[in-house]
Amino acid sequence: MSGFHRHRRSKRIIANFTGFEADLLRSLASQLVELLRNEAAVPRDDVDPLEAMFDFTGPTQEPEDPVLARLFPTAYPADEEAAAEFRRFTEGSLRDGKANAAIAIIDGLEEAGLPPELTEEGLMIDVELDEPGAETWMRSFTDLRLALATRLGVEEGDEEYWHSLPDDDPTAQAHDIYEWVGYLQETLVQALSD
Amino acid sequence: MSAPVEIEPDLTPDEITQTAKPWVTIVWNDPVNLMSYVTYVFQKYFGYSKKKAEKLMMEVHEDGKSVVSSGTREEMERDVQAMHEYGLWATMDRQD
Repeated sequence: MSGFHRHRRSKRIIANFTGFEADLLRSLASQLVELLRNEAAVPRDDVDPLEAMFDFTGPTQEPEDPVLARLFPTAYPADEEAAAEFRRFTEGSLRDGKANAAIAIIDGLEEAGLPPELTEEGLMIDVELDEPGAETWMRSFTDLRLALATRLGVEEGDEEYWHSLPDDDPTAQAHDIYEWVGYLQETLVQALSD
Repeated sequence: MSAPVEIEPDLTPDEITQTAKPWVTIVWNDPVNLMSYVTYVFQKYFGYSKKKAEKLMMEVHEDGKSVVSSGTREEMERDVQAMHEYGLWATMDRQD
């Protein structure tokens, strides 16, 4: 595990993953895409059902799922009407952007040789990104970390708690993954800043 | 990516005065985003110097929030949307 760095001559941003790591990253990205695509806009009971069917604009209420609520925060906390309008005009394209970024990670890993089913042992996946590609991965790592942290209930300064859990505690394992994606993102920010 | 289109055809004089007032984009602290990432986003999106970006990031980190830009309502909606694209927790408000 060495994270991302910028190749001195080609200037491209590179990382080497074990097959296991690449498969894990793909699985996290896939779950995020699933979540972004699947939770329909919160049903609205304030409009006529027929009218609602022809309402092709975006959602107006905060998503019920806490991960989605964190990914798409309310822009106007003190003005419900303006917040609904903002959401209507932005949430759809924000969702698409985040789903496409996660798909870019999946595609990037598969183009680098990650097979649909990981069976081979000792497989290494070498990822090589140009700057816009690296930025997309960096942004999506944020979404993945926000999703994991929201599910785990991560809070400021709670590292000791997580590290005190027994190794076989599933939440401790999920937290290790959260920290790993954080490490990857840290090295990616560093590589992009070099 | 397309910017939100806002049409307000029937503003009252009061609302027009309010619309002309500058608005601000506020970024709030969260336990997840990395300090290096937040600084990077402020530099990259707003074109701020590293020094200014780090100062704003430290405000977010230590004070819980920071005003990161100001302008018209439309400009601030663009900035808030961009911050959400980057996964930062941003809201907007009228300038004090």
